[in-house]
Amino acid sequence: MLEKMIFGRYVPGDSFVHKLDPRSKLLFVFLFIIAVFMANNTITYALLLGFTLLVIFISRIRLYFLLNGLKPILFLIIFTFLMHFIFTKEGPVLVDLKFLKIHEEGVRQGIFISIRFLVLVLMTTILTLTTSPISITDGMETLLNPLKRIKVPVHELALMMSISLRFIPTLMDETDKILKAQLARGSDLTSGTIKERIRAVVPLLVPLFVSAFKRAEDLAIAMEVRGYRGGEGRTRYRQLNWQGRDTLVIIIFLVLVTALVWLRGGS
Amino acid sequence: MKEILSLDHVSYTYESEEGEPRKAVDEVSFTVWEGEWIAIVGHNGSGKSTLAKLMIGLLFPENGKLNVFLEELNVDNLWDIRSRIGIVFQNPDNQFVGSTVQDDVAFALENNGVPYDQMVPRVHESLAQVNMEGFLDHEPHHLSGGQKQRVAIAGALAMRPKLLILDEATSMLDPQGRDEVIKVVDELKRTTGLTVISITHDLEEVLLADKVIVMNDGKMMMSGKPEAIFAHGDELEAIGLDLPFASRLSRFLREEGIAIQGEHTTEEELVNELWTFHCNK
Repeated sequence: MLEKMIFGRYVPGDSFVHKLDPRSKLLFVFLFIIAVFMANNTITYALLLGFTLLVIFISRIRLYFLLNGLKPILFLIIFTFLMHFIFTKEGPVLVDLKFLKIHEEGVRQGIFISIRFLVLVLMTTILTLTTSPISITDGMETLLNPLKRIKVPVHELALMMSISLRFIPTLMDETDKILKAQLARGSDLTSGTIKERIRAVVPLLVPLFVSAFKRAEDLAIAMEVRGYRGGEGRTRYRQLNWQGRDTLVIIIFLVLVTALVWLRGGS
Repeated sequence: MKEILSLDHVSYTYESEEGEPRKAVDEVSFTVWEGEWIAIVGHNGSGKSTLAKLMIGLLFPENGKLNVFLEELNVDNLWDIRSRIGIVFQNPDNQFVGSTVQDDVAFALENNGVPYDQMVPRVHESLAQVNMEGFLDHEPHHLSGGQKQRVAIAGALAMRPKLLILDEATSMLDPQGRDEVIKVVDELKRTTGLTVISITHDLEEVLLADKVIVMNDGKMMMSGKPEAIFAHGDELEAIGLDLPFASRLSRFLREEGIAIQGEHTTEEELVNELWTFHCNK
């Protein structure tokens, strides 16, 4: 189940999208999310959907892989579609069943909102699929750098994030080990009432937390003896490299927004 | 010879909430010279890890004087001195800060503000010194314990330290990983003249050292060349240390009344003694 879920996973590759600087990708996705809300008629929604499909094509992610991975979210999209379908009561009636009247506006709204939702999910998924977590962290740190002026601990937040990412596999292994150790001692996690199962998780969590604290302490000492004194006076080993293609991405975005403004219906 | 580190009647006491405060290091004095390999041995709680913490300035001595590179370690020169000492700890996972091998090796360089164009060659160079240059982009969970420890050594070497401290760096590794790490350190010492202090309870590792310091109950019990130390087999066993296999075998042979001569710390020495034994009589 968890293996199938691709939301937030990274798949290495060397497409145009993979090679982009994380800053341009982050900036693009952030602005795109805002721009999506400008669409308000058939042609603008079609434009957004078409553009997203184009990005998927360029990133060389297989459509089947993407949609299969997003199944749990597709359910949500269908659900919102149906809600609009049933509850919007505007415009001429299309179908009149005795217990349910389907209006034209309902169908329209349902389709629009679903596309909006789908486009947002697809775009953010493409971002995480084509950018390694550590690049995303680096990109965020640089983009948020101006916030240091108002005393936001940007460097510390980025470091926290990269350390957590680094320790996820370590703690997963540890959980697995503790789970096996507890199973070997006769702990039963798979049967019994929900209350019993929750109780059975406690002997799993306690050793995990104890060891995580121990690790944190060791790590802090290791960082200190290697000269870590916070962000001041630190140089960076990972260099971000803004290239022509990154500027191109921003230009593409501006073109897209211009098209959206031009094509959207008057309010 | 240049002095690297010296302890002069150094003591340290741990405060404990209940019971007596425990004297972890008690009036310890010794000097480490450039290019030496010193092994500090002792069972758990003998104060050997506290010594490491004192050397790197995580703790400060209560009494006595501790000089590193001829300067007395204090709060002002702490960061400068730390940048010239490399230390590798016990747990391979808990000291891996970077998300890939090269990030981790660069961590100390980043902290000390080394410019980017110098960082890249230094990272490659230090990884080559520990035979890990093919693993630049590997993530820690895809490395074995021995490989992680070698990356940790590379991370220390990147700062071009004068002194490398191994604080039980091999105790959590399998025999193969332990051999890899010891081989790398031994080669480094021979090729670069690095000074090494290895804190260990593995007596096979001790055989590589120029000088051994035996700690017991916070006190320095004896010090000297490995062969001289292993001659006191009974005393070492009395404080809970194991002897190397060859030493033990040679003692048992003597107890059986076979009059072999001298101390044997490696299997080779023992084999040589045994096959010439009959002619020597």
